[in-house]
Amino acid sequence: MSIQTKPLNSSDAAVPSGPATSANSVVVDRLIYAFAGLAAILLAYNLYQIFMVLGDELQQGAIYRIIFFHVPAALTAFIGFFVAMVLSVVYLSTNNLKWDSLAAAINEVSLVFACVNIVTGSIWARIIWGIWWTWDYRLTSMLVCILIFFGYLLLRQSIDEPTQRARLSAALSIFGCVDIVIVWKSIEWFRTQHPGPVLSIRTGGGSMDPTMEAAIYRNLIPLLLIAISLVILRARQESTAREIDSLRRRLM
Amino acid sequence: MDARNFTFMFYGFLAAWLIVLVYIVTLARRSGRLRKELEDVKQLFEDKQAAPKAR
Repeated sequence: MSIQTKPLNSSDAAVPSGPATSANSVVVDRLIYAFAGLAAILLAYNLYQIFMVLGDELQQGAIYRIIFFHVPAALTAFIGFFVAMVLSVVYLSTNNLKWDSLAAAINEVSLVFACVNIVTGSIWARIIWGIWWTWDYRLTSMLVCILIFFGYLLLRQSIDEPTQRARLSAALSIFGCVDIVIVWKSIEWFRTQHPGPVLSIRTGGGSMDPTMEAAIYRNLIPLLLIAISLVILRARQESTAREIDSLRRRLM
Repeated sequence: MDARNFTFMFYGFLAAWLIVLVYIVTLARRSGRLRKELEDVKQLFEDKQAAPKAR
């Protein structure tokens, strides 16, 4: 990963990136292409399975297939928010800004997948429930989660001082993870509009056809690979932004 | 297959990939802007370092 940990405080530190950095950059580029290529192959296979092998669901018909992106997108987002929370804790205990940058990159990408989750859910709800939205506990807690992490990104843009920005962002990232627990548990705590748990990892099995459940997990892998590729790209931008910031401070 | 049901399934898939695609485009644009900004700042820095030597 091209995150630069070397502080730009010596006179030669601001010299344009040398051969070592370029070599690193090429390796990272290849890694991104490899992840994206693998994700594309897996997605093609999964789409074939979803459309050509799996039949329609008895009551929902074709629309149930949205679950193959709706659930993996949510899981990708949750995994990302959790990893970012861990990195935020690491930042608070080490004060190393590279962990803050990585947490910011992961939170931003996770937010994209959280949006995919809520939009696909809304489209599914229009057919199955007859409505686009309802203030159900699961839906509302997920919306709150999106708003918290959107606020996280706004907070980062509004503070210029890197250490203060990192400390407050870390606190908000940790706070946001509390909501993730509420989102996860809400369908067990409150039985309202959203369907209850169906995955065997939560129910012990019997709620969903194993072939359908396997397709959900199979689709989680390419989504995670895409998320990792995007995080690498985003983390590289954070590194560049830090370099620009450091040079600007030395110019003053 | 119910046609309306199928249409909304298509919308769902389309929406999912559109969101990801829009984000990728945003990332690409931001990368270009940052690269240019870095080059500008590096140029400024080198000019500043070269200035005292020239005197």
